[in-house]
Amino acid sequence: MLSLCQNKIKQSVSTKLSCRLFTSLFEMEKLPFDFTQDNYEKVDNILSKYPSEQKRSAIIPLLHLAQDQEGYVPESAMMKIASIVACPVSKVFETFTFYTMFRPKPVGDHVIEICTNLSCTLRGADQILNAIQDKLGIRIGETTKDNKFTLLEVECQGACATAPVVVIDGNYYEDVEVKSINSILRDFARDVVPKSGTQSKRNGPEPIGGKTTLKTEPWAQKIREDL
Amino acid sequence: MLSTFLKQPIGQERLVSSLVTKRFYGGLNDNNRIFTNLYGDYDSSVTGAMKRGDWQQTKNIISKGKEWIISEIKKSGIRGRGGAGFPTGLKWSFMPKNDPRPSYLVINADEGEPGTCKDRQILLNDPQKLVEGCLLSGYALGAKASYIYVRGEFKKEIASLQSAIDQAYEHNLIGKNACGSGYDFDIHVHPGAGAYVCGEETALIESLEGSTGKPRIKPPFPPQFGLWGCPTNVNNVETISSCPTILRRGSSWYNSFGRKNNHGTKIFSISGHVNNPCVVEEEMSIPLKTLIEKHAGGVRGGWDNLLAVIPGGSSCPVLPKNICDNVLMDYDDLEKNNSSFGTGAIIVMDKSTDIIKSIARLSKFYAHESCGQCTPCREGTIWVKSLMDKIVEGKGTKKDLKLLESLITAVKGNTICALGDAAVLPIEGLLRHFRKEVELRLID
Repeated sequence: MLSLCQNKIKQSVSTKLSCRLFTSLFEMEKLPFDFTQDNYEKVDNILSKYPSEQKRSAIIPLLHLAQDQEGYVPESAMMKIASIVACPVSKVFETFTFYTMFRPKPVGDHVIEICTNLSCTLRGADQILNAIQDKLGIRIGETTKDNKFTLLEVECQGACATAPVVVIDGNYYEDVEVKSINSILRDFARDVVPKSGTQSKRNGPEPIGGKTTLKTEPWAQKIREDL
Repeated sequence: MLSTFLKQPIGQERLVSSLVTKRFYGGLNDNNRIFTNLYGDYDSSVTGAMKRGDWQQTKNIISKGKEWIISEIKKSGIRGRGGAGFPTGLKWSFMPKNDPRPSYLVINADEGEPGTCKDRQILLNDPQKLVEGCLLSGYALGAKASYIYVRGEFKKEIASLQSAIDQAYEHNLIGKNACGSGYDFDIHVHPGAGAYVCGEETALIESLEGSTGKPRIKPPFPPQFGLWGCPTNVNNVETISSCPTILRRGSSWYNSFGRKNNHGTKIFSISGHVNNPCVVEEEMSIPLKTLIEKHAGGVRGGWDNLLAVIPGGSSCPVLPKNICDNVLMDYDDLEKNNSSFGTGAIIVMDKSTDIIKSIARLSKFYAHESCGQCTPCREGTIWVKSLMDKIVEGKGTKKDLKLLESLITAVKGNTICALGDAAVLPIEGLLRHFRKEVELRLID
């Protein structure tokens, strides 16, 4: 049965698909994909958000789910998602290739993403990047030999008032300095997840020298009389 | 006594004007702040939010009717806080009447403009304001449901928002018969996946539909053909989150802040070379210098150490110190000074900054983020980046500079969306105010 399917696939592949996907279909045998039982509940939850005739809207959330499960998105996962949302696999593939968060290949145990955009650079992101590269012995885009860390450069992560920002396994580490990033990396090396958020004395993006607004507990304000 | 004073010849005008109260902008009191849990010091749950005034009289606001709500928002003068600054009430009135298709409210939480980190604070610490805002705005638009598109990197923020939505459902504030008003309204969170271009409203809609984030040609605009081909209004988080307070306290209250056509309050994100980078809610039209010195601890090394400021996020042309001395933080004054208000994300650069390298870093950003759909942006951003890199390294020539200038004309206004304009506007600002520095860096 499997060889019959393989022959059918081979025929369609030779006429329709590109060489890269052609070889990948056979890799699919080695890397079969299915969502876990728990994740299938999440699949149902995701699909329920959209009108039943608009299942394609679930493609991005399902790609995230597959990546959270596997650490990257294998092509077999894209085939599975295409069958769930009932669309051609090329549609899922096209969406997958457009967005920077999705990873086509396995990565290290911990993914370090450092922002080097303007606000972070102005607050010393270059020094942080150098410190990470020196400590781990890898450049941007590389993975350490023990497969512990992958280092990536990313664009603005939306936390500019607490720059520099380093995102590790999706956790935001803000107000980072060379001392704090070394300590954070030591924790991750032991598979301990250090406390995320600001690594300074402030809790968030209030002025570090002390709040200038909202110093006392707020209360409900007077409502207009015509309500 | 007064007439004697007024007859004095020298300094008369000054005397007369001092008798008339001059309006200074920027002294917003905490009791006029909308986002009272901006820093997350207090309980962000439904209970905590209600204590701070959220969800009060929501049913009564709904019973006032759609026209009343839209009229109030129009009268308040609020303009879109996501960067474009389009009058919100006017945008809402573009929704078609008596259309058989279902309508949708889409919230743009794709906060990707470099320098901007304000919506994040609302999602983390004051999410009930957004939930209530979605309900009231959705009702005014006749929307069936709201989809909140949050950038994929904001995992903690997505969890916080989802928890807020779940709590609102549990308390029957949204869902069937929301707040006992008879109106059914659902809210869903949808994640992005790392694409700045998805901050553009039609690219966001494409992304929500499961496609690549390539903007659509406008017209038709989203109110005519939006999500799944239905009437849609796409609004920023801060805009919608401000609406419940505006409706509760009155449009005239909101209108009392800021200059004409620039009303209200704004969450500013201040980053870069200041002593206390922060996020703060202040009055519109506050002078830039006052904002930086009052809340961000001033420029590193003192105000005279200031080189330049990008006033509204990376897409806004840079302003040199002499303009920063007096410019007001509102749409009109910044436009008058050949820049723009954008998202109110202030990036401060002191005299230690290599301004050309800083702008070149922004060029790298836009080249990375171009969706590739239209030629002027796809090709133009790559050319701008490579020319800027060449100039930064000291290998640029006069011919390269001329080519860079011609690229500004070739790209600006000739692209499907504003990303093309955003990519060349920083270069325009650099050449307008720092041309000498650029020319000094050239080989010839």
